Amino acid sequence: MRHLISTRDLSAERAIALLDTAIDMVDVRSRDVKKLPTLRGKTVANVFFEDSTRTRLSFEAAALALSADVTTFTTQGSSVSKGESLKDTLQTLEAMGADFIVLRHSHSGVASTVANNKWVDARIINAGDGTHEHPTQALLDAFTMRSRLRGVDARGMDLAGISVVIVGDILHSRVARSNAFLLTTLGATVTLAAPQTLLPREIDGWGVTVVSTLDDALESQPDVVMTLRVQKERMSSGFFPSESEFSTLWGMNDSRLRRLPSTSIVMHPGPMNRGLEISGSVADSPQSTVADQVSNGVAMRMSVLYTLMGDSR
Amino acid sequence: MTILIRGAAILGKDSADILIDGHTIREIGSVNNDADRVIDANGLIALPGLVDLHSHLREPGGEGSETILSGSRAAAAGGFTTVHAMANTNPVADTAELVDLVADRGRQAGYVQVRPIGAVTRGLAGEQLADIGGMARSAAAVTVFSDDGKCVGDSLLMRRALEYVSTFGGVIAQHAQDPRLTIDAVVNEGGVSSELGLRGWPSVAEESIIARDVLLAEYVGARLHVCHVSTAGSVDVIRWAKKRGISVTAEVTPHHLVLTDDRALAYDPIFKVNPPLRTSEDVEELRRAVADGTIDIVATDHAPHASSTKDCTWHDASFGMVGLESALSVVQHTLVDSGHIDWPDVARILSVTPARIGRVGGYATPLAVGSPANLTLVDPTTSESWSTNRLHGGSTNSPFLGITLPGKVVSTIFLGTETVSDGALVAPEIVRNT
Repeated sequence: MRHLISTRDLSAERAIALLDTAIDMVDVRSRDVKKLPTLRGKTVANVFFEDSTRTRLSFEAAALALSADVTTFTTQGSSVSKGESLKDTLQTLEAMGADFIVLRHSHSGVASTVANNKWVDARIINAGDGTHEHPTQALLDAFTMRSRLRGVDARGMDLAGISVVIVGDILHSRVARSNAFLLTTLGATVTLAAPQTLLPREIDGWGVTVVSTLDDALESQPDVVMTLRVQKERMSSGFFPSESEFSTLWGMNDSRLRRLPSTSIVMHPGPMNRGLEISGSVADSPQSTVADQVSNGVAMRMSVLYTLMGDSR
Repeated sequence: MTILIRGAAILGKDSADILIDGHTIREIGSVNNDADRVIDANGLIALPGLVDLHSHLREPGGEGSETILSGSRAAAAGGFTTVHAMANTNPVADTAELVDLVADRGRQAGYVQVRPIGAVTRGLAGEQLADIGGMARSAAAVTVFSDDGKCVGDSLLMRRALEYVSTFGGVIAQHAQDPRLTIDAVVNEGGVSSELGLRGWPSVAEESIIARDVLLAEYVGARLHVCHVSTAGSVDVIRWAKKRGISVTAEVTPHHLVLTDDRALAYDPIFKVNPPLRTSEDVEELRRAVADGTIDIVATDHAPHASSTKDCTWHDASFGMVGLESALSVVQHTLVDSGHIDWPDVARILSVTPARIGRVGGYATPLAVGSPANLTLVDPTTSESWSTNRLHGGSTNSPFLGITLPGKVVSTIFLGTETVSDGALVAPEIVRNT
């Protein structure tokens, strides 16, 4: 594996290996010396054409924990404000010595295009491309589920028998796509709950079940409820009538949490709109994994960097 | 100057000799005369010169991707002797001066007849009618009007355009795309757009405009031509309209007859086109629609783009593909070799009918004695993987590079002048001087 572009590309075996390596990285992070020398002398360039402080910081922490040098390039929209193409920008960064490019862009397919066209020799990690995929988020979500539901040392295990509901704006969510592909590969049962306006069409091939409301989805007593951020621009563009109606039908709140087994967990990739897709009290409840997800994110991204490094030797 | 073509299969049927004298076909049959030039056409099919109703020659304003000369060369290489140049140039072809300029430059290039298409609305802005009467009465005598690239979306404006153009005997060629249903749309809406997370272009955005337009055409008694039909549902609407007696014609592009939306799965912008590539069900229905006459013609929608606007991300890339050079090969592959139509039908869909829709003289009866000497000799037996050496325009954004297609244009004759000779384009100065 040279790049990480999409969870579509991951076999169950490969995905489990990445999750297992993340266990080792959690161990590293709990030691006195929270560093490995693996990427000493290597440079990780965080190239963010779309603002995301938390994802950028998470990759930065992961790279530093593997002793890499880190350079960061962030710009709103693109450096194309000066007329420079994405290709030129990336080749410039590589010429400055990037071995890994962690790429976030507001347009779907950018990471694929960069990798497929071999615009650069560096290894590409997709840190979110438009409404397409966010593979490291799905990996850290799978890691969080496996740790919480199977125990800390779940080494070698997949997610067979675990039922996951993903609720909200599926259509525009790269987190939902990456999770749907990865979780089904790992054997989990995935149900999507959303209004028709926020569901992609013709997804029979995804191997997921689709229901209308969150209440419908909760009837099966799922192990995991994954809520998604509703982007501000969706609220005013007619995908649903009002925030309160969205919250009523697809928001995760206390009464819905009480209907779940106490072992079930509630996830959110952040940043949250408290009171819209998830209520404040659910977010702060013991069944919420929001903080775990952030913490596991660093270990998971260490695992991805470590694995790509090893595979390219 | 006389040219004698020996032993060509006329429209793919019986073999005969064709004698060309000056601009005219003088004799067809067993010809004993000598000639200034003799072409051995043994094994070749003789077709009338091809007529494209839909190409983008980019001049003026887009000379970095194509010029009238380079586009004319691409056309000749593909067997064409007449092309219609779309109006979305910069400036837009919305005045008599502009369309006359385009026609003049076509004449200067000399490879094909360049028939300018006039804009329907000023600046393609979709607000007020362009100088339609002026363009119709200009030296270029425009008969086809189109805002192609954009849809005439406003219903009232479309009604007025149909009415006004019919005053001059012209036709509106509509780019059927509901603007509101396709905001930022970049790929067919369906399983592929869902997986790729790209904004989908739903089939209903094309079908609903065609349905509206055929009803408007019926109501005002005007002619309508539908550009680049891409969905099975559109075929149904057009079939219904024709059965009802509505004066509508329709075209399909070569690429929509063979390529499908799964080509987008690797985000390779060479396959980004508008309307988008659809599904295999659509492709099958489009082929059947050509065979049964619901779709009247194949038109290339030749859309050259400089490499910088294709060597980029899917989002940043331009819509469009070049198609003049490969059109006949794709038609042979998708329609003839597959058994949907025969070679005389090829003459109909690529020459006779497009000329009739565009009111271009000289193409009514293919390969008839006394007609202007526009013809194409094709070798249908060869087959090769397409590479850029088959392309002769200003741009190389062909989706067929690396794909094996049958057939090769061996000779193109435009008004008695060879523009392609022994499979090679004739040099510009030679074409110009004859």
